[in-house]
Amino acid sequence: MLQKILESGLIALEAIRAHKLRAILTTLGIVIGVVTVVGIISIIQGLNTGFVNQISNLGTDVLYIDRYPWIVTDGNEWFRIRRRPRIREQHYQYIKEYSLLADYVVPQIQGHSSVARGKHSLDRVTVIGTNEHGLRVGFGPQDLAEGRFLSPIDVNRNRMVAVIGHRIAETLFPAADPLGERVTVGSQRFLVIGVLEEQGNMLGNDMDSNVYMAHGAFARTFGNWRSYSIAVKLRDPEKMEDARIELTGLMRTARRLKPREENNFEINNQDMLMNFYNSITRGLWLTAIGIGGISLLVGGIGIMNIMMVSVTERTREIGIRKALGATRQTIMLQFLIESMMICLVGVLIGMGVAAGLAMGIDKFTPLPATISASWAVLGTGFVLVIGVLFGLWPASRAAKLNPIDALRYE
Amino acid sequence: MLIQLNDITKVYDLGQEKVHALRGVDLSIGKNEYISIMGPSGSGKSTLMNIIGCLDVPTAGEYLLEGISVHTMSDNDLAAIRNQRIGFVFQTFNLLPRANALHNVELPLIYSGMSRKDRRERAEQALISVGLKDRMKHKPSELSGGQRQRVAIARALVNNPSIILADEPTGNLDSETGTEIMEVFTKLHSQGNTIILVTHEQHVMEFANRDVRILDGMISEDQLTANGKRVMQE
Repeated sequence: MLQKILESGLIALEAIRAHKLRAILTTLGIVIGVVTVVGIISIIQGLNTGFVNQISNLGTDVLYIDRYPWIVTDGNEWFRIRRRPRIREQHYQYIKEYSLLADYVVPQIQGHSSVARGKHSLDRVTVIGTNEHGLRVGFGPQDLAEGRFLSPIDVNRNRMVAVIGHRIAETLFPAADPLGERVTVGSQRFLVIGVLEEQGNMLGNDMDSNVYMAHGAFARTFGNWRSYSIAVKLRDPEKMEDARIELTGLMRTARRLKPREENNFEINNQDMLMNFYNSITRGLWLTAIGIGGISLLVGGIGIMNIMMVSVTERTREIGIRKALGATRQTIMLQFLIESMMICLVGVLIGMGVAAGLAMGIDKFTPLPATISASWAVLGTGFVLVIGVLFGLWPASRAAKLNPIDALRYE
Repeated sequence: MLIQLNDITKVYDLGQEKVHALRGVDLSIGKNEYISIMGPSGSGKSTLMNIIGCLDVPTAGEYLLEGISVHTMSDNDLAAIRNQRIGFVFQTFNLLPRANALHNVELPLIYSGMSRKDRRERAEQALISVGLKDRMKHKPSELSGGQRQRVAIARALVNNPSIILADEPTGNLDSETGTEIMEVFTKLHSQGNTIILVTHEQHVMEFANRDVRILDGMISEDQLTANGKRVMQE
């Protein structure tokens, strides 16, 4: 049997080689299908490795109290919530004071400003006011390259000290050690106490141009009109729902909301982003399946067509083979393998193009894209199944040919 | 008896009319016979040969090949018989145009499942025996008519069949090459092969030992040729 398959493979290879251009044109549908599916899947996988990792940095055990929900897709909803009051420092203090389920509470307040030292300066860097736990929540960088992060004393006394990102250190201190030096953020001068490790980009955002300072110092520098975000790290991740109830209650008390009044704040967490992300990727999956399915169907019909041509062209050959002892099954196998091989050519071309595209996307856009071996194998298997399905009819026509009629065929 | 045909009928149903190609043929052929079947075109000789070669099955009547009724056989059994018991030589050679001589001769061995190495050896020997030692790697288009027919003969005998069936083997060859090919058949016969020729040429018939004439789907004559008589006397 193995030998028969090998022989049929060689015959098929020879037949395809005799009509190279025809075979390649035939596979166009398959190629488009494969490129679409593999392309979209690789984008999804790229997003998974990039975006999902970043989202998971937010932590499954951290709740974020914000003025607005992170995801608003409905314009009416936006209209309804647009007048919500700011979250203020007093709310942070209140939560910190009374929450029983919190391990620690982190205030976050953000703005953009320029930083400068002497004649070196950077515009529109992200300035974050927080406390000593500031690096342990959110998307932010996690490790220090040198120096230290904010201490409780820095925070409580609103000391004018700053921890700067890698790129800021490189730009403002091309030759010197930034520790112990002063930089100007906005209109105030800050002492640099730490430098963060290099982070790179996340979805196009430069993560190395952040400045961290005590939230009180931030208010002194930029005023206190910005809304806070309060990150609450839970003692027990299992108690997410309890914590949500507790924090809602505390915020309503702090805001003195009446029982009939709606919440005028939002408790966000990682799940919301994950759900939103999943709804986007679900759309991508459906697109991949839709376009891929249609083009593979069209490709399959193209292959069936060319196999019919091939059977007709080789009627006499089939007659000869049958006269010399080829059984129906052998002839069937020969044409099925030919059809599978044409598909295989399509898959290889498609995979090549898709790999090139993925590499291009990865290199020239902020979207990460990767092609995984398991998907490549699965895709190849699927297309081979298409080759068999659409090759079945032509192959069985060939197999059923009467040897005498086939031999007489001109 | 190697071949036993009893009252064989073959009717082709062409829709409106029925063509009676064979109307009750009785024929016995023994081992190592050298027989020619002659008749004008349309007489049914090709149909008879197709039936003997298991390429076609009779409408009625019984065909015993080495004592086994062909009627009872499945499609795959018939394929196996064509592969192992019968070697075909066609008027138009019927070689695969894209394959070289060696590969063409190897074909029946592929279908009998022989290993690559063995079949290469056997095919080479068959080609050497028909005098094509130097032409093995040539494609049919690079060979002369006589050489192509030799390749076809090598292919017919490579699997050591009990019967070699030749349908107008010299029909597409000039008379000199035709004579050469007939000499190959004579040699095969002397080596113990059974040879059945279908022809409408008198001089081809004369190489055989037995002369069967067919007319309007029936056997009209069955006699020894001059050759055959001489062999009988010896």
